[in-house]
Amino acid sequence: MSQIWLVPAFPLLGFLLNGFFGKRFGTRFVSFVGPLAIALSFAQSLVLFFQMLEAEGNILKEHLYTWIASGNFEVGINFQVDQLSALYLLVITGVGFLIHVYSVGYMDGESGYYRFFAYLNLFVFFMLILVLGDSFLLMFVGWEGVGLCSYLLIGYYFEKESAAEAAKKAFLFNRIGDFGVLSAVLLIFLSFGSIEFATVNAEAATRLEFGGTLVTAITLLLFLGATGKSAQIPLFVWLPDAMEGPTPVSALIHAATMVTAGLYMVARLSHLFVLAPFTMNVIAVIGAATALLAATIAITQTDIKRVLAYSTVSQLGYMFLAMGVGAFGAGVFHVMTHAFFKALLFLGSGSVILAIHHEQDMRKMGALKNKLPITYITMLLGTFAISGIPFFSGFFSKDEILWKAFSSPLGSPWLWGVGFLTAGLTAFYMFRMIYLTFHGNSRLDAHTAEHVHESPFTITVPLMILAVLAVTGGFFGVPHVFNLIPNGMENYFHGFFAEIPSGHGAVSTEWTLMAFSVGFALLAWFVASRLYHSGFELAAGFRRKWEWAYQLSLNKWYIDELYNTIIIQPGRLISTYLLWRLFDQNVIDRAVNTTGTVARTIGNTIRPFQNGLIQNYALVFTLGTFLILWYVM
Amino acid sequence: MIPIEHILLLSAVLFTLGVLGVMLRRNVIIIFMSIELMLNAVNLSFVTFARSMDSMTGVIFIFFIIVVAAAEAVVGLSIILSIFRTRKTLNIDEFNILKW
Amino acid sequence: MLIIFYIFAALSVLGGLGVLLLRNPIHCALSLVGTFFCLGAIYVMLNAEFVAVIQVLVYAGAIMVLFLFVLMLLSSKDSEKYANKWPIGKILAGLLSLGIFVQIASLFNASELQLGPKGEYPLEVVEEVGSIALIGRLLFTDYILAFEIIAILLLVAVIGAVVIAKRRFQ
Repeated sequence: MSQIWLVPAFPLLGFLLNGFFGKRFGTRFVSFVGPLAIALSFAQSLVLFFQMLEAEGNILKEHLYTWIASGNFEVGINFQVDQLSALYLLVITGVGFLIHVYSVGYMDGESGYYRFFAYLNLFVFFMLILVLGDSFLLMFVGWEGVGLCSYLLIGYYFEKESAAEAAKKAFLFNRIGDFGVLSAVLLIFLSFGSIEFATVNAEAATRLEFGGTLVTAITLLLFLGATGKSAQIPLFVWLPDAMEGPTPVSALIHAATMVTAGLYMVARLSHLFVLAPFTMNVIAVIGAATALLAATIAITQTDIKRVLAYSTVSQLGYMFLAMGVGAFGAGVFHVMTHAFFKALLFLGSGSVILAIHHEQDMRKMGALKNKLPITYITMLLGTFAISGIPFFSGFFSKDEILWKAFSSPLGSPWLWGVGFLTAGLTAFYMFRMIYLTFHGNSRLDAHTAEHVHESPFTITVPLMILAVLAVTGGFFGVPHVFNLIPNGMENYFHGFFAEIPSGHGAVSTEWTLMAFSVGFALLAWFVASRLYHSGFELAAGFRRKWEWAYQLSLNKWYIDELYNTIIIQPGRLISTYLLWRLFDQNVIDRAVNTTGTVARTIGNTIRPFQNGLIQNYALVFTLGTFLILWYVM
Repeated sequence: MIPIEHILLLSAVLFTLGVLGVMLRRNVIIIFMSIELMLNAVNLSFVTFARSMDSMTGVIFIFFIIVVAAAEAVVGLSIILSIFRTRKTLNIDEFNILKW
Repeated sequence: MLIIFYIFAALSVLGGLGVLLLRNPIHCALSLVGTFFCLGAIYVMLNAEFVAVIQVLVYAGAIMVLFLFVLMLLSSKDSEKYANKWPIGKILAGLLSLGIFVQIASLFNASELQLGPKGEYPLEVVEEVGSIALIGRLLFTDYILAFEIIAILLLVAVIGAVVIAKRRFQ
């Protein structure tokens, strides 16, 4: 027996223990239970991973309980582990464990410490349900569950108004996506009579017409759900605001795991998605556009966490670009490497924030290199990884995506061009962040500067482990062109994803493109170092020439304002005047009042008969007798 | 031989007096007596019909009616008794809530 | 014979009017007893001696004594204020009663009265066998089931009366 259920069971148990007893038993209990639950889960995931590799068809299944049975339709609480979910399991529990350990140090002394760990455990539980479920329904349970935990954790500092607002915003934007997912599931049920992934993937090609309206509608609706959860255009605006949550939350939920759920869904249903070329094009274009848009915003942000948030949106766009051109394996590979280096970067930024007393503004940082050596080195490694500096993990995955975007039948040089541009911008804003934070002159106020100290080992050890992963993680999937070692990722996923016709393009082209992107990234690094090595002064001169572009980027392309103008304000007006004043007050209220008035009038009319005076009853009774006699005679 | 319609007329008069008593008197025991009066009026017509039709069925009926009347009187009076305990009155207008 | 009937009829109507009009409930009860006696006499004239006897024994004796007993026990002073809350009700009650009387009276009009075939017990048979013997025979043969049921009813009534009248609220 494979005992899959143990994987989510440990975090659930952790949640229950922390949630119900955490307050009574104190912080030491919580600090022990929280990470331990995830550690046990990780151990079981490792066991399952190797079992899965040896299992026939690389799949493990477990039936726990029949949830719904109605005629031929049956939905069970069934868990399944295959290549995709096993990888996700390892990333969720592995990175999750490191972040739990980190949180012990980071959240030390916060009020509601037990609450934080309870939510975090619950989040891991739901995330595991999401990737383990073998049907849409179970996945949707996890999907909603992680949304809930995301809401709870963004609003962790609920006494702060901006945090509460951000939590609501995240929840509402996810709802729009959920609408898409639910509608798609209904359509799938109607056309397949089943909502199990295995059935849908196996029968997609026979049941649905290639490029037909139905399959396009289904996949577009699913992708709408993915844009909500994975923060793509048009629903990405909640993710930067989600940085109101504690930094470990940003690292775990809003960088490494939950936001990749949309990608998970697309990858899981690759056989369905390849049937809809139009949807694939939409995904690729949206992914590329999101990647570029978020990158342009990130280059002017001054809040360190916001830079990383937009970077996350941008990288997620990259992954969708990969999905859209049919490179599912490459997309998932980037999910994994991104989980490593983005978690590392977030945790590193958290370490910085902690060291300088919860200051997130990069204008008040600088010259922290010597004070925070471990944080500096690990974050620098993470930056190398995300910027695609050769032989760091991001290099391999990003290069794979760019090459596929260029060479795949679904790709085009334009997509490559956007990705290429984004890669340069990514390198630029990441090194900008590094220089502003760690180099140059100190812009800290004197009091804070004296108390800067390196974080405790519960923070630095996870940073170091993640740094190692961020540096080496790429060697799981070295592209063929290097001819060094076999592409582990491709072997691993062999036969799992839907195949699309292999791309064109010579090896020499690939080398050239790779050289271009690396060169561009190095150039961006160089420009960033020139501009920002000593703070904002040099950049400010440059900025004056491009004031309009600067304002556009700083204000996030005014997208929040745009949504406010075209959706929220009309909605508010319609609600106030049409729905409330006109419909609610005049129709619903009036209907309710009239019902009451009618009932009262009838009651008042009839009530005298029921006055309890028996002789009145006798009178009426006699009248009845009289009338009956009259009738009879 | 007494003319049958005269006896029946007497029965009708007595019955009407009973009806009036039920509807006009306020004392609950007197109302009860009026009901007894109505029952007797009915009994009279039963006997009359039994005699004029050479049948015994009417007489048997009266036997049963009298037993029922006795049972009714016993139960009714005990109800009046227990109501009187809580209301301290026999005025039927005071009994205008049926639960207390 | 006819004269005697009219005398008793007049007396019984008088008794009924007493029930309707007298103020004192005790007087009402006594006039009702009078009515019952008169009716008993009329039953005798109709050759229904058994009915006459139980009329006097059960009605005039047992039931009316029970009424008087309860009246004495409760001895309510306020019971006979003729609360004139709704005079329309009284007028309506009078009219209705009159209507019902007219209806019943017209129903009993002999010329329209259609009686069925004659029964098996003409006056000669009754006088020969005796009315009591006949009733007894019928009760224990044709009407035995009803007889048993009425016995149970009486038992239930007795127990019910005890249960209801028992003082529970103290």
